[in-house]
Amino acid sequence: MIGILFLCAALSVVVTIGIVLSLIPPTVEFFQEVDLGEFLTGTEWAPLFTPPKFGVLPIVAGTLVVTVCAIAIALPFGLGTAVFLSEYARPRIRKWLKPMIEVLAGIPTVVYGYFALKFVSPYVQDLWPIGDPPGVFNALSAGLVMGIMILPMVASLSEDALAAVPAGLREGAYALGSSKFEVASRVSVPAALSGIVAAFVLAVSRAVGETMIVLIAAGGTPNLTWNPGEAMQTMTAFIAAAGTGDLSQGSTGYQTIFAVGSLLFVVTFFMNVFSNRVVRRFREVYE
Amino acid sequence: MSLLEADAAAVTPLPRQSTGKRLADRAFWVVLFVSFGVAVVGLVALLWYVFDTGWPAFGGRLWRRFPSLDPEIAGARSAVFGTIWVLGITAALAVPIGIGAAVYLEEFASHDRWYTRWIALNIQNLAGVPSIVYGILGLAFIARGPLGLGPTVLTGGMILALLVLPIVIIASREAIRAVPPSIRDGSLALGATRLQTVRRQLLPAAIPGIATGVILALSRAIGEAAPLIMIGAFTYVPFNPTRLDSKFTVLPIQIFDWIGRPQEGFTQLAAAACILLLIILLFMNALAIWLRNRYQQRW
Repeated sequence: MIGILFLCAALSVVVTIGIVLSLIPPTVEFFQEVDLGEFLTGTEWAPLFTPPKFGVLPIVAGTLVVTVCAIAIALPFGLGTAVFLSEYARPRIRKWLKPMIEVLAGIPTVVYGYFALKFVSPYVQDLWPIGDPPGVFNALSAGLVMGIMILPMVASLSEDALAAVPAGLREGAYALGSSKFEVASRVSVPAALSGIVAAFVLAVSRAVGETMIVLIAAGGTPNLTWNPGEAMQTMTAFIAAAGTGDLSQGSTGYQTIFAVGSLLFVVTFFMNVFSNRVVRRFREVYE
Repeated sequence: MSLLEADAAAVTPLPRQSTGKRLADRAFWVVLFVSFGVAVVGLVALLWYVFDTGWPAFGGRLWRRFPSLDPEIAGARSAVFGTIWVLGITAALAVPIGIGAAVYLEEFASHDRWYTRWIALNIQNLAGVPSIVYGILGLAFIARGPLGLGPTVLTGGMILALLVLPIVIIASREAIRAVPPSIRDGSLALGATRLQTVRRQLLPAAIPGIATGVILALSRAIGEAAPLIMIGAFTYVPFNPTRLDSKFTVLPIQIFDWIGRPQEGFTQLAAAACILLLIILLFMNALAIWLRNRYQQRW
């Protein structure tokens, strides 16, 4: 019986090994066809065309632009929400507000994608300040909505970190005549910084790995630009788009999925490990 | 100078906070409140927009009619049934395995062994792997490759089970850990074996917490589309799954397909299907909260 229980626990390791094993062989085969330098520095991404172009930078740039838009919303407002909940809201109100915000985190990403494309994108087109207004598909709408999606995660995890700061620290600061602003900015937030940084990193990792919103709202064309008003393809959207097409196993096009998947896995994996490390390493242990 | 006046002078309060400081404090409150407002406005706008567009098309036909190329008669019956099938398989796999893993890690694993720490760390990292990567795993090993099951409900259920397994394990571990040691010690002291202790004391006491975690895990699974797209789940399936190797579609994929169609009618249907999905999720979340409040024990 204990053996069976052990197998259950060991399955998670098998899954990790499975992920790595599913990624490596096709990736290795891919790099026998395609030069690693060309892959990492090339500026044209058209792996399924003839002649194919294997420069990954356009979809990396797409991922970056969308992520930056998302983070620009999620970090400041998420942290603000967390400080609001932990320093200002009364415990009874907090008990109601926090689950409400967490509802946001539970909404399926296709619904966010629909919202981004049909509701946010027209506003982005209308309110675009300079130059030609963007098309229906643009990185900005996808990024903004993704920001709304990961905001609750940032808020919830940061609030947990702030709640773990002992009341004595705050009360000490108040006793010395500090205002709420001073207590929050010089005592609570610095004391909870490791947890907040971990939440930020996790949020970035989540944004990089998110698929459906960008697949629906950001457009499907690889595009090397920093202009968030243009249509772009991200790494995840490429994988999903290539996965829906019926690529024959063993073709270079099929292997491209795994090469990009490896890149995505490595990037998010290191961010997650870093985030876990930060929490454990720099956590102030009280009492 | 009278005595009273002297006393008053002695207890003169500290200088009041300067105006600048109070202004900064006020501004800070406004900034925080606006941040909080962004979250709330985002939620309200999303719900309002989806309900406003989708409500006219919402109704019984969503679960009575099969998909069609004509938006006037199209429904999502196969997607609703596909979702039920996939979710059933996901639960059947992830719940026992997840609880088993949690019981092992909490009760039987020796915590100073390197492999125990490694497994725990590994589970934490798996929880952060993007869902599309699970899709790649499914594509390479389950749909094609060694298992070669094809784009079937079983494949879909298996992938989502792997995806939510870390959530189930982490929630179950916390629930088991919350049972006070005295219960465990008492049971062992009365001569129960460790397995009997787990089965008769720890699990029953931890069930509410585990159930809450399972529901949250399943509500994550119900909204996932990306990994299922990867294994080649279909967007047009005019029949319900009948066996484990049936082809299938699920609600998020059906919504994704409808969003991509140009006709206004399909946009409405997509919103209507979103409403259906949100209502199901609302029920699941309400159930989780109810379970937590109803059966949570304070030791």
